[in-house]
Amino acid sequence: MGDEIGNAVEDFMDITFLLNGETVTLNDVDPTRSVLDWLRESRGLKGTKEGCNEGDCGACTIILLPEAGDEKGASAVNACITMLAQLHRRAIRTIEGIANPDASLHPVQDAMVEHHGSQCGFCTPGIVNSLVAAQLRGDDDFDDVLAGNLCRCTGYAPVIRAAHAVAYAGDPVLLADRPDELPAPALPFMPETSDELADWVMANPHATLVAGATDISLWLTKGLRDLHGVGFLGGCRDLQHIVAGDDGLRIGAGVTISQLRAGLGPRHPHFAAMLRRFASQQIRSAATIGGNIANGSPIGDTPPPLIALGARLHLRRGDAHRVIRLEDYFIEYGRQDLQAGEFIEAVTIPNQPDRLKVYKVSKRFDQDISAVLGAFNIEVNDGIVKSVRIAFGGMAAVPKRSSEVEKSLIGQKWTRETVNNTLPVFARDFTPLSDMRASAAYRLEVAQNMLVRFWLEDQGEVISVREVSA
Amino acid sequence: MSGKSPLHTPLPHDSGELHVTGTARYVDDIPVPSDCLHLAFGLSHEARGVITRADLSPVRNSPGVKLVMKATDLPHANDVSAAAHDEPLLAMGEVFYHGQPIFLVAADSHIAARKAVRKAKITIDPRPAILSIDDALAADSRFEGGPVIWENGDATNAINGAPHRIEGAIEMGGQEHFYLEGQAALALPQENGDMLVHSSTQHPTEIQHKVAEALGKPMHAVRVEIRRMGGGFGGKESQGNALAVACAVAAAHTGRPCKMRYDRDDDMIITGKRHDFRIAYRAGYDDDGRLYGVDFTQYARCGWAADLSLPVTDRAMLHADNAYHVPVMRITSHRLKTNTTSATAYRGFGGPQGMLGIERVMDHIAHDLGLDPAELRRRNFYAAPLDGGKKTQRTHYNQSVKDFELHGMLADLKKSADYIGRMQAVADWNAENEVLKKGLAFSPLKFGISFTLSHLNQAGALVHIYQDGSVHLNHGGTEMGQGLNQKVAQVAASIFGLQVENIRITATDTAKVPNTSATAASSGSDLNGMAVKAACTRLTGRLVRFLSGHWGVKPVEVSFGDGQVYGGPNSMPFSEASNLAYQARISLSATGFYRTPKLSWDRIRGRGRPFFYFAYGAAITEVVIDTLTGENRILRADILHDAGSSLNPALDIGQIEGAYVQGAGWLTMEELVWNDQGRLLTHAPSTYKIPACSDRPDIFNVALWPGENRADTIYRSKAVGEPPFMLGISAFLALSDAVAACGDDYPALDAPATPERILAAVKRMRA
Repeated sequence: MGDEIGNAVEDFMDITFLLNGETVTLNDVDPTRSVLDWLRESRGLKGTKEGCNEGDCGACTIILLPEAGDEKGASAVNACITMLAQLHRRAIRTIEGIANPDASLHPVQDAMVEHHGSQCGFCTPGIVNSLVAAQLRGDDDFDDVLAGNLCRCTGYAPVIRAAHAVAYAGDPVLLADRPDELPAPALPFMPETSDELADWVMANPHATLVAGATDISLWLTKGLRDLHGVGFLGGCRDLQHIVAGDDGLRIGAGVTISQLRAGLGPRHPHFAAMLRRFASQQIRSAATIGGNIANGSPIGDTPPPLIALGARLHLRRGDAHRVIRLEDYFIEYGRQDLQAGEFIEAVTIPNQPDRLKVYKVSKRFDQDISAVLGAFNIEVNDGIVKSVRIAFGGMAAVPKRSSEVEKSLIGQKWTRETVNNTLPVFARDFTPLSDMRASAAYRLEVAQNMLVRFWLEDQGEVISVREVSA
Repeated sequence: MSGKSPLHTPLPHDSGELHVTGTARYVDDIPVPSDCLHLAFGLSHEARGVITRADLSPVRNSPGVKLVMKATDLPHANDVSAAAHDEPLLAMGEVFYHGQPIFLVAADSHIAARKAVRKAKITIDPRPAILSIDDALAADSRFEGGPVIWENGDATNAINGAPHRIEGAIEMGGQEHFYLEGQAALALPQENGDMLVHSSTQHPTEIQHKVAEALGKPMHAVRVEIRRMGGGFGGKESQGNALAVACAVAAAHTGRPCKMRYDRDDDMIITGKRHDFRIAYRAGYDDDGRLYGVDFTQYARCGWAADLSLPVTDRAMLHADNAYHVPVMRITSHRLKTNTTSATAYRGFGGPQGMLGIERVMDHIAHDLGLDPAELRRRNFYAAPLDGGKKTQRTHYNQSVKDFELHGMLADLKKSADYIGRMQAVADWNAENEVLKKGLAFSPLKFGISFTLSHLNQAGALVHIYQDGSVHLNHGGTEMGQGLNQKVAQVAASIFGLQVENIRITATDTAKVPNTSATAASSGSDLNGMAVKAACTRLTGRLVRFLSGHWGVKPVEVSFGDGQVYGGPNSMPFSEASNLAYQARISLSATGFYRTPKLSWDRIRGRGRPFFYFAYGAAITEVVIDTLTGENRILRADILHDAGSSLNPALDIGQIEGAYVQGAGWLTMEELVWNDQGRLLTHAPSTYKIPACSDRPDIFNVALWPGENRADTIYRSKAVGEPPFMLGISAFLALSDAVAACGDDYPALDAPATPERILAAVKRMRA
């Protein structure tokens, strides 16, 4: 591989993958082409539908089968924002490839018919695939499984009835797909270690790095840009681990949000619970923590809780490593502390007792971008606030710590009065924007009320609409 | 071949297996010849202005581009309007909304066309845009000259003479259809200049008509076919015209097949949506809450072109009473012309907006008097018909209400949903909880069934029996997910004594059944079911005559059932009978036709009988709100809906569940946001949020009211497409009820009740 490093970046690749159990080899393809377009336009597989072309509706959902030794199981992904190169040495199943070998319907398909789970039928292939993938994982939280599959006809009730009817039917046939036995690395180059990546990024300092492609794909599908010289990170296995060490939990930049959710569960359950609302299963199984940080968005959902936990960012440029506070990475809107040739290798969450609460407010509970996301890490000892780190998304041009609010709380008695006295201070930290998601005034008020909520919950009150039943 | 009649049975959707295997074919899935061109529109970037320069040479030079057309390049009619001839396919010198198509491109691929249109250099000299209801009122910018006013008595006097009065106003937002399959069309040039068009449309005849006009041809030169849509909801009643016409014109020009599908963002920017309304009200009532009179002023934002706004706003007026006998009512309807996308048909067609007006009044009065809102509503219900329907009350437009079902429905629903017990439980909860507040609300619905443009209430069908006994079924209705084809197949199968498997449902085709009305106004199975019944009955009549002669039995002795034909001691399989009839040279093909009887409607005066009958429904919804953020959730919904003697209870319940969630979405999270330049900011599912799976009610009980249509409809069933949409109003009222628990005033919540609006209402209450 070494001799490719440093060469001009190629715009075409040879890619091999399994499609519905059959080996497909593509030579000299545009690696950034969407899997959806390729399936429909080049392969003639029309069962995968285009509903939105931005990963929000799920009509194009396909099944990405696990790699060898992969414990996390099959996942559903959006074909519209998956690039062909991401399929290299992977196995996918489309709606055309899930029926039983004797061509009888898959149990999920049967149940969807029997329980009247389809009306217009356009979202149905995606819903079937999400349910089949869930079944392969043994996942029966169907509200979560289907959060990324919009249906405008049924009101979801019959779909849920179908899902429950076949929750554990199982299906070993699909899992028998063995992509790891596929030959040949992608040509001309796809890095397989962070060292290779480091050399490649140094040699191609202006290249676009693509991990899950859930954000960058929109540059193509909506921005209609042509991307040249893309580096695909999916092969860098050493960036895809979460490792617990003395200095904290080190999370590789290539860790997906799904992995992160699972990995954080024991340490920071409230953070993990919020990640249940990070986009949808389809997005979470592709999107990475590195991507969520690197794009510098003021409304990314992982930076505020990471900042509140005092996370450190590990940056690498060739053989040079540096570590910065995560909040320092975000300089201003569209500008981050990242040099040419440098990339994010990992983020570390220092070991600490869990006190973190994360609150996300959006128009829709599931699969919506935050209007405001607040993360609160407050330590109270003997009734006095000993330490405090609070960070917000959606309140400024970058994910931002609320330093004035923190100052107002630190060393004070932990009382409702202190909380109330602190509320006016928020306006010193934040002057949020008004946009289609929320007005500035609403954002500010909700941010304040999140502190009230933290206090109330700390007093033992249960105050989530999710915890209430009729 | 055996078994009972498939009528009234819960058969699955006829395309269920095709849906779940991905083999159901939509317009964009049709294999196309390799020389097919792909179209895209170049759009206006101003809400209103004059095009001073349009340099399209970079577009022409863009890779893959084969054709660029402006308005002046169109050979014949430049119009894609439903009726008013005020909606050019391509803008002619002036633009009237942000997103209006100015030119079209045909290229080798979809992506090449999309890339090309962005290269245009278009300069628009902006003019002051009329964006809001208030802008339009100030500029007196409207359709139909002035407001339309209907009045059945002196409303001002009635209200002023009442013991109590309220007044107020409610704003309600529009709604994006968000059919999962975007708009799409494919035109295939035929010999002799004819055109075959595949269009994702609820209205193939209108597509045929507009394409013919654009090609300068008679309608017989154009054939339109549609097998199914991936959702319609009214959004494909007129909004597909532009794509079909563009494809046909480009196909005629190039001689190559042309396909167009909107990218989702383009779809949401270009196409019309539900009308947003402001409804101001004054009402007078007595101590018991009985209405003396109501005065409504309805302001509808119709957008830049008429489209279907006239009948939509009429229907809003027609449903200003909902289920209540209002002794004297005045309705003033302002149809406002604005520089926004032209609002169009959307499930309920103005009915939901009109209904939300009177439901707001009911809620406001109940709050004012401290009465149980469900009881207050009951007191104002139309009277149940007495003396076999001879004694009835009349609506404000003078139609007598002969089939009022809601007294019984409310009583049943209150019981099954434990309304009284849960009212107390909600009150107890609210007394104990400061942050989370619960709300519970009942809302009824009465929805008029028939097109209010009376001549549209007609339908045709074409049925063939082949010599092997298999049946080919065609009718003028279109399938958009509602299961119309299955219902109609059930009708045909039951008449022939067959099962639905013996009936082949075929694509809607203007060459098979001409002059069809849109599949709209919930009329699909009412109209087409009757037309199919007429065709099938003609065929069985011929078979009966033939077989009675063949067997030497009386015609009345011949019957069909279990896949057999019987006559006296004789019987034979339907297939054999068909073959014999064929050999005896009996015509085995028949058309059927139906027109709805008893309609007479004067829309100018607002008097008459626009509706053949009414459909009814009742819902009770419980919600919880978070008063720190306005976040909220539907905890439980109980629905009792009147589908008459349902042709297919499973399909009907599917319509009800889906409609409720869609209706609740309209009034809660679905928010269209325009900026002050008239640009729609919520033009993708990333920013426009329709209900997701977890937004459906936690507990969701849906039942059908056991009754039959008192009007003579197809096997006494009732239309079900639109009515249950309005059951979602109960979710909005429940949110208002929860807000009301935060203080003493009336919350006066506007829609959509997003978390932000709920929090603002809570703050007003607690101020």
